Amino acid sequence: MRLYTAVAVSGFKRYATYRVATVAGVFTNTVFGFILAYTYTALWNERPHLGGYDHAQALTFVWLGQALLAAIGLLGGGFEEELQERIRSGDIAVDLYRPVDLQTWWLATELGRALFQLLGRGVVPMAIGALVFELRMPASPLTWLWFLLTVALAVCVGFAVRYLVSLASFWLLDGAGLSMLSGLLCLFFSGMILPLNVFPGQLGEIARALPWAAMLQVPADVFLEERRGSGLLEAFAFQAGWAVVLLAAGRALQSAATRKVVVQGG
Amino acid sequence: MAVGNGMGSAVDDLIELDGVEKVFQVRRKAGLMRRERREVRAVDGISFRVPRGEMVGYIGPNGAGKSTTIKMLTGILVPSGGRLRVAGIDPARERTRLARRIGVVFGQRTTLWWDLPLRDSYALVRRMYRIPDDRYRHNLDRCVELLNLGALLDVPVRQLSLGQRMRGDIAAALLHDPEVLYLDEPTIGLDVVSKAKVREFLRDVNAEQGTTVLLTTHDLTDIELLCKRVMVIDHGRLVYDGGLDGLHAVGESERTLVVDLERELPPIEVPGARTVRVEGPRQWLAFPANSSAAPIVAAVADGWPLVDLSVREPEIEDVIARMLHGAEDRAGRTS
Amino acid sequence: MAESAVANGLRAYGLIVGMWVRSTMAYRTSFLIMTLGNFLATGLDFVTIALMFTHIGELGGFTLDEVAFLYGTTSVAFGLADLVLGTMGRLGRRVRDGTMDTLLVRPVPILAQVAADRFALRRLGRITQAAVVLGWSLARLDIDWTVDRALLMPVMLLSGGAIFGALFVLGGAFQFWAKDASEVQSAFTFGGTTLLEYPPTVFGKELLRGVTFVIPLAFVNWLPALHILGRPDPLGLPAWIGFAAPLVAGGCCAVAGLAWRAGLRAYQSTGS
Repeated sequence: MRLYTAVAVSGFKRYATYRVATVAGVFTNTVFGFILAYTYTALWNERPHLGGYDHAQALTFVWLGQALLAAIGLLGGGFEEELQERIRSGDIAVDLYRPVDLQTWWLATELGRALFQLLGRGVVPMAIGALVFELRMPASPLTWLWFLLTVALAVCVGFAVRYLVSLASFWLLDGAGLSMLSGLLCLFFSGMILPLNVFPGQLGEIARALPWAAMLQVPADVFLEERRGSGLLEAFAFQAGWAVVLLAAGRALQSAATRKVVVQGG
Repeated sequence: MAVGNGMGSAVDDLIELDGVEKVFQVRRKAGLMRRERREVRAVDGISFRVPRGEMVGYIGPNGAGKSTTIKMLTGILVPSGGRLRVAGIDPARERTRLARRIGVVFGQRTTLWWDLPLRDSYALVRRMYRIPDDRYRHNLDRCVELLNLGALLDVPVRQLSLGQRMRGDIAAALLHDPEVLYLDEPTIGLDVVSKAKVREFLRDVNAEQGTTVLLTTHDLTDIELLCKRVMVIDHGRLVYDGGLDGLHAVGESERTLVVDLERELPPIEVPGARTVRVEGPRQWLAFPANSSAAPIVAAVADGWPLVDLSVREPEIEDVIARMLHGAEDRAGRTS
Repeated sequence: MAESAVANGLRAYGLIVGMWVRSTMAYRTSFLIMTLGNFLATGLDFVTIALMFTHIGELGGFTLDEVAFLYGTTSVAFGLADLVLGTMGRLGRRVRDGTMDTLLVRPVPILAQVAADRFALRRLGRITQAAVVLGWSLARLDIDWTVDRALLMPVMLLSGGAIFGALFVLGGAFQFWAKDASEVQSAFTFGGTTLLEYPPTVFGKELLRGVTFVIPLAFVNWLPALHILGRPDPLGLPAWIGFAAPLVAGGCCAVAGLAWRAGLRAYQSTGS
C-alpha cells in the first residue's frame, strides 16, 4: 500500500513539472469551452429545459466537461501512450515479471496524475467559464464532497477503460489508432459533446447505462444536484459497479497478455 | 563552382575548426517568480584539424561538449563563433548539401524502420540519398559481408538484438559512401562479440575506403583498438590532442588486477603493483596502464593460492580526471 | 534552388509516407479494423448534430441540411490537412527525446520528414465519412448552382485544407520553442473544425471577427459556404468575399512557412 501511495505521489509530481503542457491544455480546454457554450446557448434558446437542464445548468455542463477532460482522461492521455509504447517495443515483458502488480501500479500513477490535472487543468477553465457565463454552482457545501468522490470513481472507470484499450494493442497493433477510436467513442458516450439526457429514446437509455456515462454524465449530475438522496447512492453504485467489472476485465486481459508474452517470448 | 573546398592546402584537411564556440542561454528559476539568465559556454574556443582518412577518438566527461561539437560538425547546431568547415562546406549554412557527404550514427537512436525488414530501410536510404544502383549494390554487399547481415536482411528490425541493430545502423550510414563518419557511442550496450565485430568493420572501412572517422565513446578499448589520435575535451576546451600513449602517460592511469584467493590473506605484495583494496578473499591490485599485466599475474600465481583473476581497464572518466588532475598538480608545482 | 527544394521535399515526403504505408500493411487486419473504426467513430460527431435536431427544427436559423453542409465542408478540408500533416503535433516529442537530430542529418527538407512521420492511412476513414455527409447534404439541399457557386466548391475545399494545413505547420513550428505545447495546436485545428461545423449565427460577433480577420478560419467554409447557400454574412461582408479563400490560404501558408523557418533556426541555435 505504501508503495502505491509513493507511486501516486510521483505521478502527481511528474505532471506538476509539465508546466508548459498544463498551460497549453488549459488554453485548449478554454477555447473548446467557449465554442460549446455558444452552441449550447443556441440549442437551449430553441428548446429551454431540454433534457431537464435550464440554461445555467447546460452551460455548467460544458465547463465541467472541459475541467474534467484531462483528469478523467476522456480523450485518452496519461499512461496510455506510455504503456502502448512499452508493448510496441517489447519492454512490457520486463514489466509483467516485476513483483508489483502492473494494473495497480498504473492505476496509482493515474490517481496521482488525475489529482494534479483536476487542480492544474480544471480550476482555471471552470473559473473563466463562471466569469463569462452564468453557471450553476452547488447550493449545498456537502455536494462538493460528493463531487470529489464521484470524480475519483470516474477516474477509476476512465482508467479501467483505457487500460483495456492499451492492452488491446497486444493483438491489434495500431495503438495510436485504437486510442483515437476509444477517444471518439468516449467523447460521444460520456456526454462530452452533448449531455446524455438529451439523447432521445432507446439510444438515450442505452448510452446512460454504458460505462462512459460514469465518466462525465454522472459526475456532472452530482455537481448539478440532479442526483440527491438515494439517487446519489445509485450514482455511486453505478460508477463503482462499472469500475469493478472493467478492472476485473483488465486483469483478465493482462493475464492473457502475460501468457502471450510467455509463448512468443515478447 | 566550389569555393574554398580545401584545395591547395598542403594537407587535405577534411575537418577544420578554428576557435569554434557554442554559447547557450540557460534560464533558471531563482526564487518564486524571478528567472535568471545565465550563459553556458558548452564549447569554448576549440580548434583542430582532421586530415582525410584519419580515425580520431573524441572523448571527455559527460557534459564536456562532445555532442555539441558533433552537432555543429553535422549542421544540427549553429556555432556562436569561430570558423568551421567540413569538406569545405559550412555545415550550418548548407546542412542538406553536407548531409550527402557525411554519415552519422547516434548510439542509441536507431534510424531503422521498426516494423519493416532491414532491407527496406536500406532501400529508403538509397532513394533518399539518390545512390546510383551499382554503388548501392556494391556497398550493401560489402556491409552485408563484413557485418554479417546476410541472415538479418529480411527480419523486421524490432526482432533484432541491440548489437544486430547497431550493425544495421552503421551499414545504413555508409551506403552513400560518406567521406566522414561520425559515431556517437557506437559500442554502448553491446555484447563482447558485437563490439569486436563493429570495431573490426570500422577499421576495415577506414583502411580500405579511406573514410575519415570521428568517434565519441566511453569505452577506452574502442579508442585503443581503433584510433591513433585522441582528442580530449573538458569544460568546452580541448585539453589534449595526441597519441593514446601520451594520454596514458599524461594521465598516469592505472589498470586493476582483481584476484580471488583461496582464503582471506594479508595484502599481496608484488613488484610493479600495489594493493588498493581487500575484501575477504578478493584483492584489487593497481598497476600502470601502459605496462603488461603478465609479470604481475605470474608473480601472484607463484606466491599466493590463486583461484580466479580478471583485469579491469581504466574507466575513461578516471583517465581524464587523473589527467586533468595531473595537469593541475604540475601547474601548481611550477608556479 | 527554392523550387528544387520543394520538389526534393515532396519526393522525400512520398518516400517516407510509402514506408509508413508498408509498415501499416504489415498488420493488414489491424489496418482494416482501424480504418473502419475511424470511419464510424468520426461519424459520431455528425450523429451528435443529428441528435440535436431531433429536438429542434433550426439552429441559429440553419436547417439540419445546411448544418450538414457546413459539417461536411469543414470536415473534408480538415480531413485533407490531417491526412497530409496530421502528425505535426509529435514534433515537440521529437525535440524532447532528441530524435529530431537524426532527421537533421539527412539530405532532405526537415518539414517533409516531420510531416510524413507516422503517416496513418487510416485517416482516410475520417475523410470518407466527411465526404458522405457532404454528399448527403448536397443531395438534400436545393442549391441554385450558378457557375461561380460550382466553381467555389472545389476551391473552398482545397483552400480550407490549405488553411488547416498552415495551422498544423504553425502549431508544429511553435513546438520548437515550447516543446510541451502540442495541445495549443488542437485548439485551432480540432477546435477550428468543431467551430465551423455550426452556423456562424450561433456565435458572438467578437468571435466571428476574430476568426475572420485574426485567425482566418472563417475562410475554410463559412464565408464561401454562405455564398453557396445564398445566405448573407452575419458580419455584413460582401458576397464575393468567399472567393478570397485561396488568397487567404496562400497567406496562411506563407506565414506558416516563415514561422517554420524561424522555429528551425531557433532549434539550431539552442538545440532544444
